[in-house]
Amino acid sequence: MDFLTVIQLLDSTVRLATPLLLACLAGLFSERAGIFDIGLEGKMLAAAFFSAAVAALTGSVWIGLLAGIGASVALSLLHGLASITFRGNQLISGVAINFLAAGLTVLIAQDWFSQGGRTPSLMGGARFEPITLPFADALADVPVVGPVYAELISGHSVLVYLAFLTVPVTWWVLFRTRFGLRLRAVGENPAAVDTAGVSVIGLRYAAVVICGVLCGIAGAYLSTALQAGFVKDMSAGRGFIALAALIFAKWRPWHALYATLLFGLFGALETRQDVITAVIGIKVQGQVLGALPYVMTVIILAGFVGKAIPPRAGGEPYVKER
Amino acid sequence: MTLMQKFLGASAALALSAGAALADPALIFDLGGKFDKSFNEAAFNGAQRWAEETGGTFLEIELQSEAQREQALRRFAESGANPVITTGFAFADPVNAVAGDYPDTKFVNIDGWLPEVPPNVQLIGFQEHQGSYLVGMMAAMASETGTVGFIGGMDIPLIRHFGCGYAQGVKAVNPDATVIANMTGTTPAAWNDPVKGSELTKAQISQGADVVYAAAGGTGVGVLQTAADEDILSIGVDSNQNHLHPGKVLTSMLKRVDVAVYETMKSGGDVETGGFTVLGLAEDGVGYAMDDNNASLVTDEMKAAVEEAREKIISGELEVVAYYANDSCPALDF
Repeated sequence: MDFLTVIQLLDSTVRLATPLLLACLAGLFSERAGIFDIGLEGKMLAAAFFSAAVAALTGSVWIGLLAGIGASVALSLLHGLASITFRGNQLISGVAINFLAAGLTVLIAQDWFSQGGRTPSLMGGARFEPITLPFADALADVPVVGPVYAELISGHSVLVYLAFLTVPVTWWVLFRTRFGLRLRAVGENPAAVDTAGVSVIGLRYAAVVICGVLCGIAGAYLSTALQAGFVKDMSAGRGFIALAALIFAKWRPWHALYATLLFGLFGALETRQDVITAVIGIKVQGQVLGALPYVMTVIILAGFVGKAIPPRAGGEPYVKER
Repeated sequence: MTLMQKFLGASAALALSAGAALADPALIFDLGGKFDKSFNEAAFNGAQRWAEETGGTFLEIELQSEAQREQALRRFAESGANPVITTGFAFADPVNAVAGDYPDTKFVNIDGWLPEVPPNVQLIGFQEHQGSYLVGMMAAMASETGTVGFIGGMDIPLIRHFGCGYAQGVKAVNPDATVIANMTGTTPAAWNDPVKGSELTKAQISQGADVVYAAAGGTGVGVLQTAADEDILSIGVDSNQNHLHPGKVLTSMLKRVDVAVYETMKSGGDVETGGFTVLGLAEDGVGYAMDDNNASLVTDEMKAAVEEAREKIISGELEVVAYYANDSCPALDF
C-alpha cells in the first residue's frame, strides 16, 4: 500500500464522514436539549430533495441550500410541535418524519419533474464544485506535505469545510456560552431551568431548529455536492449511522468528529477491499465493515467500553405542574 | 362526516372501476420503483407501448414494502386481472404461493426462478451474461489502462451473473486486463445509494479503471455521474442510459424487459404458462445500445468484434459461462 493510496482512502473518508458529522452534530444539539431525534434521516432526505429541486429550478446552488435548510427546519418544527408543545412521544414523531420525508420527496419530485421521483441532473452553478485551496497546485510536488495538502485538504466542496468548522463552534456554543449551559441544563433537569425563569419550551425549540439547519446542510451536501441531483431514498440510512455515531461519541462534539471520521473510514475501506487484503492478508467481506458502526455502538451501549449515558431528561416532555 | 362520505364514495368508485376492468392485464413493479430509469421502467415502457397500440388499459401498482407482495398479487387476481405480470426475482416465491389459489389467473414473473413451476405460472429469464459479455468486450477495447470496473447493486446471484459475463468479455479481448468488481451492499438499500456508487467509482478510478459498468439500479446514477465528472467512460444497464451523459456513456447493456412485457400483454389470457422462457441474444432479449449519444465512442473495429462475438454466441460456437452454472465465475473472483 503506497502513500497515495492512503491519501485517496482518507480523501474518501472525509467525503463520507461529512454528512454523518453534520447529522451527528444536529442530533447532538437536539438530544442535549432533551429531544431525541430519530428523524435525522428524514430531514436529511427532505433537504436533499428540496436543495436539488430548487437548485435545478433556479440554477443557483445557494438558493437550493437555503431551500433544503428550510425544508429540514420545517420538519424540525413539526417534530417540535408534536413533542414539545403537544408532549407527544418523541420517537414516534421521529419515525413519522422519516416516513413522511420518504414518501413526500418522491411524490413532489414526480409532480414537479415527472422523472420518476428524481430531479434533473444539476449542472454548472446548480452544483457545489470542489474548491482548490490557495497554493494547492504549487505545493503539490513537495514530498509528503504536498499530496496531503493538495489531495486531502484541498479539493472538497465548501460544505465540507463548513462541517469541520461546525465542530469547534458547537463545542464553544455548548460549553462556553450561557445559551449552551442552559441548553444542556434543559436536557438534564428542565425543572431547574424553569425555576430560574428561563423558558424550557423556547430553549428546546431553539435546539430543534439548530438541528434542522445542520440536517439541512447535510442533505444538501448529499444531493448537490456529492451527487448532481436527488434520487429516491438517497440518504440510505446515513441518519441512523449518525445516531449511532452520536451514542458512540457520548454526546460530545469533538468525539462526534472522531466517531464520524472512524465510521467514514469504514465506509471508505469498504470501497477498497484490496487494501484490507493487502494489509492484513485475509480477504474481508465488505459487509463486515458496513456492519461495524452498529456493532461498535452496541458494544458501547452494553457498557464494555466506558458508559454511554444520554442526557437525563432525554425523551421526556416537560410538564410544568405535576 | 362529509369527508368520510367522500372517502367512501371514492373507494366505491375505485372498486367499481376495478370490477369493470375485467381481464385487463396487471403489472406489479418491484421495490426499485416504476421510474428507476432501468429495469422497472423498461417494464412500464413495454406496457405503455401495448396500451398505445391496442388501446387497452392495464392495472399497475408500485410496491412500497416487502409485505405488499402477496397482497398485491391477490388483489389483482381477485379483481379479475389476467395475466398478472410481476417484475423482479423476489416475486417468484409469492407468485408460487398465490398461484394455486387462482387457477384461472395466469401469472408471469420476470427474472424469477422456481424449482417447480405451477401450471398457471410462466417465468421469463434473460441471458444477461451474454449481453454483459458484449459490453465487456467493448469496455476492454475502449480501455487504455487495461483496468476496467464493475459495480453491482445488491449482492445477489443475478448481479454476479451480470459481472461474470462482463469479466469474461473483458478477458476475451485482453487476457491481461484487470477487472475490479464491487457490490454496493447486501440490502435492498443498495439499489438506491448513489453516494456510495460515486465513492466506489472513485475508488476504482484510483485503482486505474477507466471504464466502469454499473448494474445497480438507482445507485448506477451516481456511478455514471462520477464517471462523467472524472472523465472516464461508463456503461449503463437494462434500459438505454446513453442519453444520461452524452459522449461519456460507452454503451448500455440492454435487457429487453419491455419486449417481454409487451409480448405477454399481447398474448393476454392465452399466454403460455407452466415453464420458463429464456430470452438471449438470439431472441434480441439482451443486447447493447447504439445511438447518437455514443456513436463517436464506439469504433468500427469494436462494432465488428462485438457483432462477430454475437453471431458466435447465437450459433453456439462461443459459450459464455453463466454464474448460475456452478455458483462461481471463471473470470472473476467476487
